[in-house]
Amino acid sequence: MRKRSRRTSLSNVVVKKPPSKTQSKRELRDLQRLMASAVMRPLTADDGMQKRWVDGRSMRGFVAEFIKPNANLTSFERLEIYNRQYWFRLLDCLLEDYPGLRAILGDRKFSRLAVRYLERSPSASFTLRNLGRNLERFIANTPELTEPRHLQCRDMARLEWAHTEAFDTEAKAPVTANDLLGKKPTEIRFRLQPHLQLLDLDYPVDALLLSMKRDRGLRSDASNTMGRMRARRRTQIARLLRSEHVYLGVHRFENGVYYKRLDPLQWKLLNAIRKGSSLESACASALRAEKEPRDVDPELIQRWFQNWSALGWFCAR
Amino acid sequence: MPANRFNGFSDYGVGIGLRVAHYGHILSEKPVVDWFEIISENFMVDGGRPLHILDQILEQYRVVQHGVSMYFGSAERLNREHLKKLKRLVKRTQTPWLSDHLCWGSVDGRYTHDLLPMPYTFAAAKVTARKIRQTRDFLEVPIAVENVSSYAEFHASEMTEWEFLSEVVERADCGILLDVNNIYVSSRNHDFDPVEYLDSVPIERVAQIHIAGHSKFRKYILDTHDHPVIDPVWKLYAHAIHLAGTTPTLLEWDARIPSFGEVHEEALKANQFIERCCEKAAV
Repeated sequence: MRKRSRRTSLSNVVVKKPPSKTQSKRELRDLQRLMASAVMRPLTADDGMQKRWVDGRSMRGFVAEFIKPNANLTSFERLEIYNRQYWFRLLDCLLEDYPGLRAILGDRKFSRLAVRYLERSPSASFTLRNLGRNLERFIANTPELTEPRHLQCRDMARLEWAHTEAFDTEAKAPVTANDLLGKKPTEIRFRLQPHLQLLDLDYPVDALLLSMKRDRGLRSDASNTMGRMRARRRTQIARLLRSEHVYLGVHRFENGVYYKRLDPLQWKLLNAIRKGSSLESACASALRAEKEPRDVDPELIQRWFQNWSALGWFCAR
Repeated sequence: MPANRFNGFSDYGVGIGLRVAHYGHILSEKPVVDWFEIISENFMVDGGRPLHILDQILEQYRVVQHGVSMYFGSAERLNREHLKKLKRLVKRTQTPWLSDHLCWGSVDGRYTHDLLPMPYTFAAAKVTARKIRQTRDFLEVPIAVENVSSYAEFHASEMTEWEFLSEVVERADCGILLDVNNIYVSSRNHDFDPVEYLDSVPIERVAQIHIAGHSKFRKYILDTHDHPVIDPVWKLYAHAIHLAGTTPTLLEWDARIPSFGEVHEEALKANQFIERCCEKAAV
């Protein structure tokens, strides 16, 4: 029986010495593993390439074994260009995709988190769009990197990844009145748009992101204004990140991404629909899940559905 | 040789790269542009604004796809999911040809998101050419491979960069996206004659030409696409056009992007070289 090939993590592949030649596909792979390992190793504090290879050898001597020097640059300096470009490019990407997380952590801690994350979870996708896919899980598993605001950071990473998903995930044709004609409530099954993300957060991180967005609109080059804004931001973060349970729909409407706060019952109802329940059983299970029995006006639920339909949240199964 | 089998026998002139910073201007002002080059990966998504914008562009302009992550030179197999997504986009854009780089950038399923240089060996050429052929057969569109700017060379190399490029495109029977700025950058970083490079590649395979600006540092040049094209690169372009004839030409400007008008004006400077070439051909 043929063994299924397993994806090998670069961190598991220690290439001890460069291949002496590259005359086969295997030797080409060895050379590429070696170079990728070197390029993806974290930079030093002054943004240079590390001076020692993983086995303690001098990096200068090691790199000289497979990279040629030229009149201007040593082998080490030539490879260092790629090492630096790798980190600058990927860190820039995370900075762009996670402004809220950066605002909570500050530049230094964000940078440390990002480097550790990319070391542990290098990109496994052809597109940088997916670079943050595992960030929330990484934060959950390494609380020491985000203390003392670990839970806030986790929620923010979830929200910012949901934003990425909502931005360009598929939108299916919305459900129409014709799709519902002649059906009983027990038979009606909606499907939620794939771009709609339902989040259950412990901190109001959506308010912080929206406030940052507003501030960007007001930003001025005047340094005194920037100083005032930074001070205000610190106060805002402290104020906005007091514990508060938030149910949120992150969705796309007319190609813009929006955050819609939801009532806990609305959130449960939508989640039941996402899991495939019929309209009737979704309502029943959402009401059953309420901590305290609650009489809900059927007209209220009807209005919710009208609103969600207007936002295009439902698609045909 | 403006139209050939490597660019779908198209008659494209001078185009520019489609960039987010210019979306508003393009859609509202509808400037006359011969064609746009898009970065395929930016549109290999399932919905949202990127595809909405692309569809509007496609209603009015000709678009050619240029990729940054096929990594033909990587020793690992082609990613089928990637190819399927790319094919969906090819069907959407009806690109007459598709280009990506002669480089590698992923190994063991991990991506560096960089265009890393190849060791110029026959084994590497064979692996690379095979993947280009497989890609073309799957996508059913002509492929052109672009020479990259590089900052390092391997001891393992058995030939020059232009010999390697020639070896790959002949084996793959594919086109060349000749990036004259990359030739210039690499010629300065590796101390070779860029004219010898141009004179040595199979010119009949050139499907498209790239021009761009770069940044000069004390000990090396970096391909940054954030400046106008410098005169020595224009001279190389003129030589390339002299050899290849009128060829679809594209200006890349990816960082510190100025106004649409400024980028387009820079690109259109290529026309003076194309016109001169046409005049000579007519004589």
